[in-house]
Amino acid sequence: MKKQKLNNLLTLSGTAVLSVIMAVLMTAGALDGNNMLKGMLIPIGIHIIWALSLNLTVGVLGELSLGHAGFMCVGAIFGGTISQIVQINAAGCPSGLRLVIALVCSGIAAAVFGILIGIPVMRLHGDYLAIVTLGFGEIMKSLANNIYLTSDINGLHFGFTKPPENIDAASAKQILKGSIGMQAPQDTNIWWVVALLIITLFIMMTFMNSKSGRACMAVRDNYIAAQSVGINVTKFRLMAFTISAAIAGVGGALYAHSVPMIAFGKFDYNFSILILVFVVLGGLGSMRGSIIATVILYALPEMLRKVNQNIVNARMLIYAIILIFLMLWKNAPFFISLREKIKAKLKKDKAADVTSGGAEV
Amino acid sequence: MLLISNIVDGLSLGSIYALIALGYTMVYGIAKMLNFAHGDIIMVGGYAAFIAMATSWCPIWLALVITVTICTVLGVVIEKLAYRPLRSSPPLAVLITAIGVSYLLQNIALLTQSATPRMFTSIVDGMPPFLQVFKGRGAVFFSENPYKAEGVKSDLTISMETFLAIIVSVIIMVALTLFINKTKAGKAMLACSEDRGAAQLMGINVNATITLTFAIGSALAAVAAILMCSSYPLLTPYTGSMPGIKAFVAAVFGGIGSIPGAMVGGVLLGVIEILSKAYISTQLSDAIVFLVLIIVLVVRPTGIMGKKINEKV
Repeated sequence: MKKQKLNNLLTLSGTAVLSVIMAVLMTAGALDGNNMLKGMLIPIGIHIIWALSLNLTVGVLGELSLGHAGFMCVGAIFGGTISQIVQINAAGCPSGLRLVIALVCSGIAAAVFGILIGIPVMRLHGDYLAIVTLGFGEIMKSLANNIYLTSDINGLHFGFTKPPENIDAASAKQILKGSIGMQAPQDTNIWWVVALLIITLFIMMTFMNSKSGRACMAVRDNYIAAQSVGINVTKFRLMAFTISAAIAGVGGALYAHSVPMIAFGKFDYNFSILILVFVVLGGLGSMRGSIIATVILYALPEMLRKVNQNIVNARMLIYAIILIFLMLWKNAPFFISLREKIKAKLKKDKAADVTSGGAEV
Repeated sequence: MLLISNIVDGLSLGSIYALIALGYTMVYGIAKMLNFAHGDIIMVGGYAAFIAMATSWCPIWLALVITVTICTVLGVVIEKLAYRPLRSSPPLAVLITAIGVSYLLQNIALLTQSATPRMFTSIVDGMPPFLQVFKGRGAVFFSENPYKAEGVKSDLTISMETFLAIIVSVIIMVALTLFINKTKAGKAMLACSEDRGAAQLMGINVNATITLTFAIGSALAAVAAILMCSSYPLLTPYTGSMPGIKAFVAAVFGGIGSIPGAMVGGVLLGVIEILSKAYISTQLSDAIVFLVLIIVLVVRPTGIMGKKINEKV
């Protein structure tokens, strides 16, 4: 237990130090010559937040959620809408306060959706859960692509599947433009991302070491045994799922405020899978792994783009192969015995080294 | 007339879903896994048929044979290489592997065929519609519009593709039901889906039975690919994934593991999708399909025809 705490502290402080260094470098203008790195830092940070939140569902809860992008979408749409409304109605509001309001609201909205979808979903397992969350993600994307919201002098006008009518053209401002997306104010900077990243990491680690987190892991490892020792399975599963959803939503809102224009079509099934790839390759249940995998897998293709475009095109192919291989390597009987053989051989070599070394002395 | 036309379209789409759902439900019943790559086998089938039919010397029947063969072999190979080693692994590992395989197939197609959509030529290209109904003038089967010279348009047209999809699906479903209930291999499949361990003790070769299941499922996917691409001719590397997922919804709707359930679920889902496209919204039809899934799973998780299985410790 103590070792784990130390390990967590190491991850947390390591991430904090590294991200703060990056943020300082960026604000100090040291990265001005390197546009690629400069442009990558904020998205990497947000992707890490998403990967961490998904790791809570997949790694700690042991359930495959394929609709994580749905929660990001909820967060983005709520956060972006609220900060635009604030921007229109209270022009004097400082951008920092505006962002905080947007982030809090988006977190709450995503959590509400997490509970709403979690109540039916948490009665299910495995394949069913995966497919229902997938369906949820697609529903969210379709809905987001069909919502129109326009503000004018008379207030807000809402339109579903088509833009609202009877709008005062002089004062009209489109907030949500259906499948075109929205233009939230660009309030995010690297410091917000760093702060939220560290908060997320801290929440994750506290949760995993708490009673609830341990209960979740017990449910993951053996559902029936956990039930029989009196763990309220549904409650803890719903709790973890909701936290995961809320953090994904906050990440979504942060993202919406970091890009000039966001189309909700981005948050589709493939995007959920991309984040899942980060989590699985980083190691299920390992926060440090998720961070490292996200940084490498996000940055590598961008760096390779200069070297060779073909590798970039083939990157999803390579991810897929690694994904399959990793699962086989960990679980297939053939690879398990192979691993044991290698381990035994290494041990033997070590033992031989020790004895021969001893003989010399 | 419009309603009838929509329902017929729905039946046609639904019978394609049913064919795909059969593959899902058989694999789920026997191997207890969700084969995410099933939808992408459809896509591979589409490209195989497209390339074969584009070759000048290749007649249509040969293209069909080639497509079915390629898909069957692909299904069996995937099962052997990726799924069999994980048969006793935790479900999460199997599910992630299946997603990996699905991604692999999509990206291979993306790299070799590019993302540019291809226009699939219907296998019944150039044939007259199956049925045309003219108000007050009766109906004609298998022929061009006889009143074309007078400028009369038909009030209800059922295209050859629609007709073909329904007929082929019905034939295949009848054949499959007979195969499963009457032959030794089919009964072995039923036994494996009941209790794999007990089936093995009774001398059934479980591995061979699972391979056979994957082969049949993939062959059905190939047929579905040809029918689907004939009706909806746009072919891209992502063609298979949405119909695949919807067919899984259909399988769950009908009760997963149940073969008649997959047929009923597929047809119902196809009708629901086309009707919601026609009367509610085109963009929201996918959302409605998934909403149906969530409602079914909340109200009746075993589906229309599924049996409740109690989990034993």
